[in-house]
Parts: sequence; structure tokens; C-alpha cells
Amino acid sequence: MAKNINLKIDGITVSVPEGTTILEAARQLNIQIPTLCYHEDLCIAGNCRVCVVELKGARTLPASCAMPAAEGMDVLTNTLKVRTARKHIIELLLSEHNAQCTTCYKNGKCELQNLASEYKISNGETFIDLVPSKNYQIDAYSPSIIKDDSKCIRCQRCVRTCEELQHVSALGVAYKGDKMKISTFFENPMFEVVCTNCGQCVNRCPTGALIERNYIDQVWDAIYDENTHVVVQTAPAVRVALGEDLGVDTGEIVTGKMVTALKRLGFNSVLDTDFTADLTIIEEGNELLTRLKRALVDKDPNVRLPMATSCSPGWIKFIEHTYPEYLDNLSTCKSPQQMFGALAKTYYAQKRNIDPAKIVSVSIMPCTAKKFEADRPEMRSSGFKDVDFVLTTRELAVMIKQAGLDFAKLPESDYDSIMGQSTGAAVIFGATGGVMEAALRTAYEVVTGREVPFDGLNITAVRGMDGVREAAITIDGTKPEWNFLEGVTLKTVVAHGLVNAKKVMDSVRDGKADYHFIEIMACPGGCLGGGGQPVPTNKEIREKRAKAIYQEDTGKSIRKSHENPEVVGIYAEFLKEPLGHKSHELLHTHYKARQRY
Amino acid sequence: MSYTQLKRVDLIFDTEATTKDILQTAWSKTNEQIVNELLESGLKGRGGAGFPTAMKWKFTSEQPEKERFVICNADEGEPGTFKDREILFKVPQKVFGGMAVCAKVIGATQGFVYLRGEYRFLLKELQKQLDDFHGILKDLGINFSISIVMGSGAYICGEESALFESMEGKRGEPRNKPPYPTIAGFRSKPTVINNVETLVYAFMITKHGAKKFKDLGTADSRGSKVFSISGDTPKAGIYELELGMTVEQFVEEFGDGDTKAVQVGGASGFCVPRKKFKDTIIGFEGVPTGGSMMLFNSSRSMYNVLHNYLEFFEEESCGQCTPCRVGCQQLMKGIEAVKKGKKHAAYLEQLMKLSQTMKITAKCGLGQSVANSFSSIVENFKEEMIY
Ligand SMILES: Cc1cc2nc3c(=O)[nH]c(=O)nc-3n(C[C@H](O)[C@H](O)[C@H](O)COP(=O)(O)O)c2cc1C
Ligand code: SF4
Ligand code: SF4
Ligand code: SF4
Ligand code: SF4
Ligand code: FES
Repeated sequence: MAKNINLKIDGITVSVPEGTTILEAARQLNIQIPTLCYHEDLCIAGNCRVCVVELKGARTLPASCAMPAAEGMDVLTNTLKVRTARKHIIELLLSEHNAQCTTCYKNGKCELQNLASEYKISNGETFIDLVPSKNYQIDAYSPSIIKDDSKCIRCQRCVRTCEELQHVSALGVAYKGDKMKISTFFENPMFEVVCTNCGQCVNRCPTGALIERNYIDQVWDAIYDENTHVVVQTAPAVRVALGEDLGVDTGEIVTGKMVTALKRLGFNSVLDTDFTADLTIIEEGNELLTRLKRALVDKDPNVRLPMATSCSPGWIKFIEHTYPEYLDNLSTCKSPQQMFGALAKTYYAQKRNIDPAKIVSVSIMPCTAKKFEADRPEMRSSGFKDVDFVLTTRELAVMIKQAGLDFAKLPESDYDSIMGQSTGAAVIFGATGGVMEAALRTAYEVVTGREVPFDGLNITAVRGMDGVREAAITIDGTKPEWNFLEGVTLKTVVAHGLVNAKKVMDSVRDGKADYHFIEIMACPGGCLGGGGQPVPTNKEIREKRAKAIYQEDTGKSIRKSHENPEVVGIYAEFLKEPLGHKSHELLHTHYKARQRY
Repeated sequence: MSYTQLKRVDLIFDTEATTKDILQTAWSKTNEQIVNELLESGLKGRGGAGFPTAMKWKFTSEQPEKERFVICNADEGEPGTFKDREILFKVPQKVFGGMAVCAKVIGATQGFVYLRGEYRFLLKELQKQLDDFHGILKDLGINFSISIVMGSGAYICGEESALFESMEGKRGEPRNKPPYPTIAGFRSKPTVINNVETLVYAFMITKHGAKKFKDLGTADSRGSKVFSISGDTPKAGIYELELGMTVEQFVEEFGDGDTKAVQVGGASGFCVPRKKFKDTIIGFEGVPTGGSMMLFNSSRSMYNVLHNYLEFFEEESCGQCTPCRVGCQQLMKGIEAVKKGKKHAAYLEQLMKLSQTMKITAKCGLGQSVANSFSSIVENFKEEMIY
């Protein structure tokens, strides 16, 4: 057990385990120290210096986020010296900053603005405005992310995110001194570099320097246009996080209120991405079983195993850049968002007798990479752009506020039909391990005719927040047509956060792993920790959202994708069979190798 | 005060004993003896911070982690400093020898010389000398080797933790401290990093024992030091002098008769105006210096001097921390504005306060030391800043 350290903060004695920082110790005492570069998910940078405190006997004011507590320390967090220093530091940051709060996307949600307000920084005799002497650039070429250097405080949270959590390092520090800036490879636009559009950096940027490209006005325009029929789909992870931006407690499920809100906003039809999540399980499950059969029975040398999931567009772009030789291992299934988009302008249009040209399809996603995905040229199999606009959870929250709705007090309502029905298996897509669990629930039953042998269908081995989780399930008692799988141990692995994706892919590449099926989600925690989710997102919040997701699963009357009546219906009426001709046309896709820088 | 001749010393450049002899002497002593002699001698680091060398070696040797490194900091980037270059040029083997003795004490088998990018011209000869040195080690059966690493040309890479980052192939940005290098330095292993000159003194103290060094200098600043003397002086160059002299004594010897100020310790050091020459000791009890001494006569504009320094810092700051990155820009733009009359002279007071904030909140020694030259020049030459 770690040794305990006793110290005094503002005269109060506190005992903390060795290795605790002064900042953390102060938080235990409910003493708030301001921070900017600090983020729970990241390594300590100690570069903004707003968290400085006075340490008796020290010549300088140490940064409390970076200073480990030591026995007998006497720390003061609110002296004149500390206040003066912090105020200076905030003023310095503002002097480099293009502070146009009223027209800034982050207005009201900006950590720098909050600090400036807390410290009552006035416009008077502060320092010289340095903005005119800077050659600040805005990069607005990406369909997902806008980078505005004039709002950057150089805290490097984005750099650390991209390197430590995602192993992408699309963003780095360039130049030094007054020219130091956050940059990409050769200062190319984000659109042209290895960036996966995951938005994890956006989620952690304290200011308006990295934001999602928002499509709020375009969506309003479509809603107000009487000649359009606007359908909206909502991803599994949105319903366990949206409330956070609208005054509801973290971890509360707000599905019913969200549906009501979307109807009130004026969407013509409020539908569920969960429906196509269930459909994904059918298609992807069958794809996996087919690959296994070709490998085990036909001994086909061309079949690529392990098969990897393809529902996370951040992961897709990562593998396209980083492991292009493994593109054939990816499931050819489109993500649930894109399956939905393709069906909205075909199946749905037919069933509802609407001209697909008049349909505007909007999706609400926890994700910024889905904006890029919707823009991919392959994603037009309906003959139109399958998904017209992708909004993040945060953007939806903005629209709900703009519409004057008191979200917390809204009544609940049900999704519209068709393509509004879902199962518990679809809901858990929002958490890391969820796709695996949903796939196993269905595949096991297809092959054996029995439910997966786990208590209450809960495959706990694939759940949790460890970066890489392996699970094996031995199949026995197969139905006759699947007897080649009798006794086979299906080896699976689940990873979330691209740094963990890399670990899995490296072990596959180095022949150290013999998995059959890999689930990878680009974002830590899976979609519930997506780049488009409410800010802040951190470990504690991800865990609460995950708990809510599994709660929603348990509460569902149907918990297996193949039992979703609308899924059964679409195969009967439209798709005919999994992996059939129509499926290939609408629900499957291909990938593209990209450069490694 | 009467005129006293400054005492020239010849410890660094003396080549009376061969490297091999001194190494043999060192290897005849126990590690404890070597550390105790160093401690007794009072040698403090010559790279700027002035940390007792014996303690650094001792702490490192006491770490539980067994893989350890010794690094010679030859990044010499402080404006007006060129003494390490001279040492490396004239007595490179003594530098290597100091590293070897350190390696013996701390139990390292690998050492590095981090050589300033601009000193590439020294590389060929240094490498040759190093090969010879490795030959001597082999003869003596000593298991230690040194590699020379070229610096990246940034001043900040002379800061020890930025230097480690740079050696690890990363961007040269100072780390948070603690942990200090003695616990987690290069590759997060216990590391002794010493200045070129420190290593030579350590080597010579191993040879002569503590007394010869300790008898020189003052209680706080023992021994002698190599000075790089430049500016308005007829005697620009490298001198090894006993510590403890006043600025007045120094100016008597090296001034041109019209010295109005001496910048002690380079851009990150202090400016001593004529009226304070007499009472200011060059050393840890007065104004410390890494070796740079710049003399200015009355023809010089101290505004220009300060402006030059600030320009240097504005550019050479690594840029990661707020007080230094933005503070340097504000100080420079601030004195420009006052000079041009765009800001009232009282703005200098605000800048002085800002420099004090930088001194206590910047992440590393660079940002912390900008206030040294800034406040000492602004305070003593205020009229030159305004008119
Ligand atoms: C900005 C900055 C630059 C530095 N540059 C050098 C340098 O060029 N050479 C050097 O020996 N020490 C330099 N130092 C000091 C080193 O960080 C370190 O204290 C020194 O190498 C320790 O050696 P010593 O104990 O022998 O003095 C620098 C420090 C700072 C803050
Ligand atoms: S980033 Fe923050 S401080 Fe800057 S303009 Fe936007 S809201 Fe204001
Ligand atoms: S872009 Fe945002 S996260 Fe990155 S350094 Fe700038 S302010 Fe920090
Ligand atoms: S979006 Fe993701 S991949 Fe792109 S820069 Fe940000 S963290 Fe890196
Ligand atoms: S003080 Fe200057 S050089 Fe040092 S870490 Fe801060 S910005 Fe970098
Ligand atoms: S929060 Fe501690 S230095 Fe930035």
C-alpha cells in the first residue's frame, strides 16, 4: 500500500497517498484551484501556470497540478502573491487571444472565458494587444473540425490527446518562442493529414480553437423548408449524455425526452440508429460466420481473419492510414449511421411513399468523425447523399436551447416507425464491447439455437474500461448446418481508444494473436466517450454513461438484434436475406488506403 | 579600496599531468573518498544554477535504479559565453576524464557529450580525442564509453530536462520538476548532468585533493572559474580567475576606463551599474555568473542592450508556458511602447511587476531569469528606457 503524506493546505491538514499532487489534495478539501492545461485523461503538462500556489519556503510558486505533495508541506492557495500571479497569467493569455466571445462558438462553454470572468479581467490598463502582430490562421477545410489558431492558448491538451489516447499525433507543436503554435504535418489542413476526425481533441480543447464544424443552421433551414421531409436518427450513445448539456444529471437516460424534443423541433420523423445497429449485427454476424466457414471448411487462403468491426469512422480512417494492408480484414458493413442513411432514401421512402429527393436525412451522433464519413463519396448508394447532415450531441443541445424547450421537464415519447424500433443489443453499441456482446448474443444463437450461456445475457468479459479486453467463447451443441464450428473456441478482443487499437493491430501484424473477431472503437469508452459528446468528458463521466447504457439494455423487452420485429420485417419485405444482393448494394462498402503522414 | 591584482589561476588548462595519471589516481580512491573530497572542495556547478557537484553525484549514486548516465552539458548558448568551447578545444580529455570519474562514482557505463549545434567544427577533433581517451580507458580496464550528441541549435536545449527530451528525439521542452535528473533524467534514469567546466574541476580536484581548490575564493564561492570576457574591453577573451572579486576589481583590470555597466552572467544574468561596482561581489554571495562578463561603456544605449536581450528571449523561449512565452513578448513590446511614447513611463512599473511574476511562475530557468536583466537594467537606467 502506498505511503500516506500529511500536508497543510490553507491551514487545513490533509492526508493523501504518496504521488498525489497538490491540486488533487486541494480538491479533496473542496478547495478549487483554477486549471487550463490540466485534464484528468492526460499526462501532466504544467504549461499554462494558472494553477500556481504558494509553498512556504520555496522561491517560486509551483504549479499545483505538477507538484507532488510532500510530507510537511505548507501550501497557500489564495494569497496576494498567488492572485497577482494568476491574474497576470490570465491577462497574458488574453493579450495573445482573439477574444471575440460574443461571436465565438464556445461562448458560455469556454474555460478561458470562465477564468477571465472569475478574475474580473478588465479591458483597462492590461497588456498590449498582441493579436495584430500574429499571423493567425483558420483551417476550415475539414467537414468535421475547425481549427482557429487565434483562439488557441497553447495548452497542448489536443497534442497530448492525439498522441497519448489516439496514437495519431496529427497535431504537434511547431516553432518556438512567440511563434510557437499547434500545427499539423507541414502545416497542411487537418483534412489532408492523418487526423481521424475523432474529435477527442475538440472535446478536450478548453477554448474555441478546436471546434466541430456545426450544421445547425443548415438543419434549421431544412426543417423550415416545407418541401422537404426531414428524418432524424439518433445514435445509441446520445441518449445517455445529451442531458448533461441540458441541466440533467450525468448518467441519466433521456431517450424519451430527446424524442419529444426532436419532434418539437419540427423533424418530420424521429427514428433510431439503433434499428440499423441491430441490422449491422445481422449483416456483420453473417459475414463473420461466412468468413469462418470459408476458412475452416473451404480452407480458402484468401479469406481474411480476424475480422474487424467497421462502425467507428475514426477507426476506419486510422486503419486506412496506419495499417492499409489490413483493409480486407475490416467488415464490409457500413456503420449504422450510413446503413440508416441508405435505407432512409430507399426502403423508408418506398414504404412511406415519399420522393427520396425530398428527404433530408439528419443524424445525431456522439461523434465528429461521422461528419467526415457522411461526406465520403462511397456513401451515396441511395442515389443521393445518404446522410445529409450530421450533428453532434452538443449541437442538438444547442438547437433544443434555441427552440426554448425546458428539456428537463419535457414528457417522454416513443420513436416513430418504421426504422424506429430497437433492442438492448443495439443500445449497448454505445459502449466499448457492446458490438461484440450484441454480435455474440446473435451469432451464438444462430449457430446453436440456444441463448449465449451467460447470466441474463450479460457477457461481462467484454465489458469494462480496460483498454484491451480479450474473451473466448467455446461453441458446443451446434445445429447441423454449423457443425464445423462444434468445439471451436471463438477468440475475440475488444479495444477502445486508438492507442489500444494500435496495440491490437501490432499483435495481429506480428503474429502474436490468433483472434477471430476484433471490435475497435476510436474513442475512449466507445461512442459514449465520443468526440461529439458533452464537455467535459472524463473517466468518471464515461463510467456513468456506460452504467446508464447497460441499464437501458436490461430494461428493454427485446435484447437480441435478430428478434427486432422491424429487422425481421425489412428482410421479409426488402432485403430478402443477409449479405444478399440488396444488402451489398446499400449496406456494405469498401475502403481506401491513405498516406501515413 | 586599494587596487589588488586579480588572481589568475591555472587549474583548467594546465596539462602537467596526463589524463591517464589522473585516472589512475582516481581509481586508487574509493567512491566515498572522491565524493568527500568534492564536498570538502566546495565545488558548485558552473552551468548556472550552482548546485554542489558532490551532492549531485551522491544522490544519483544512491538511487535504487541501477542504469545511470553521466552527461556533459556542452550546449553553451548563453550570449557572451564561449569558455566551454575553449575548454573543449584545449583540454577535451580532461572533460572526458571528469565524466569517467563521475561514472565511477555513480556506477554508469555510458556517458554523452551534448555539443552545441554551432560547435560542429569541433566535432572531428573531439571525436579523435575521444577515440584516444577510449584507448586509455581500455588500457586501464575501465568499462565506460562516451558518445557525442549534436545539439539542435536551440538555447533552451541547454536546460537540462529539455536537453534530455532533445536527446530522446523529442521537442526540446523543459519538463516538470520534480523529479530531478538525479532521480529521473535521460530516459527517466538517474542522471548526472554537469557543465563542461564543472567536470574539469571535478577531475582536477580528484588529482590535487580538495585543498588547492578550497583555498581559493570565498566561503560561498570556492575556487576559481573560467570567464568569457567581451564587450567594451581591450582584453576580450578567456581567463581563469579566482572567485570573490568585486565588479570594481574586475573593471579595473578589464575595463576601457569608461565602463558604465557590466552584465554579469549573460542575458539571463544581472546588470551592475557603475555606482554598484564597489559593493558587488562576483559569485554566489553577490551576482553569480556562468562565465559571461560583458562590459559596456558610456557610448552604449542600455535600452538597446535590453532590447537585444528581450529579442533573444522572445525567440528562444520554448514557448510552452504562458508567463515566459507571452511575458517576453509583453516586456519587449512594452519597452518599445514606452520608448515611443505610446505608453506612459509608469507602464515600466507594471512591466517590472510582470517580470517578477515571470520569475516565480515560469516553468524553467529561462523564463524565471528574464527578470534578472530586465529589472536590473530598467531600475538602474530608467532614463535611458524613457528618453
Ligand atoms: C535556459 C537554460 C539554458 C541553459 N544552458 C546551459 C548550457 O548551455 N550549459 C550548461 O552547462 N548549463 C546550462 N543550463 C543549466 C543546466 O540546466 C544545468 O543546470 C547544468 O547543466 C548543470 O550543470 P552544473 O551543475 O555543472 O552547473 C541552462 C539552464 C537554462 C535554464
Ligand atoms: S475561445 Fe473563449 S475566450 Fe476566446 S473568444 Fe471564444 S469564448 Fe471568448
Ligand atoms: S487547440 Fe485547444 S487544446 Fe490545443 S493547445 Fe490550443 S487551446 Fe489547447
Ligand atoms: S480529431 Fe482525433 S485524430 Fe484528429 S487531431 Fe484530433 S485527436 Fe487527433
Ligand atoms: S520558462 Fe520559457 S523556456 Fe522555460 S518552459 Fe517556460 S516557455 Fe519554455
Ligand atoms: S493546470 Fe497546472 S500548469 Fe496548467
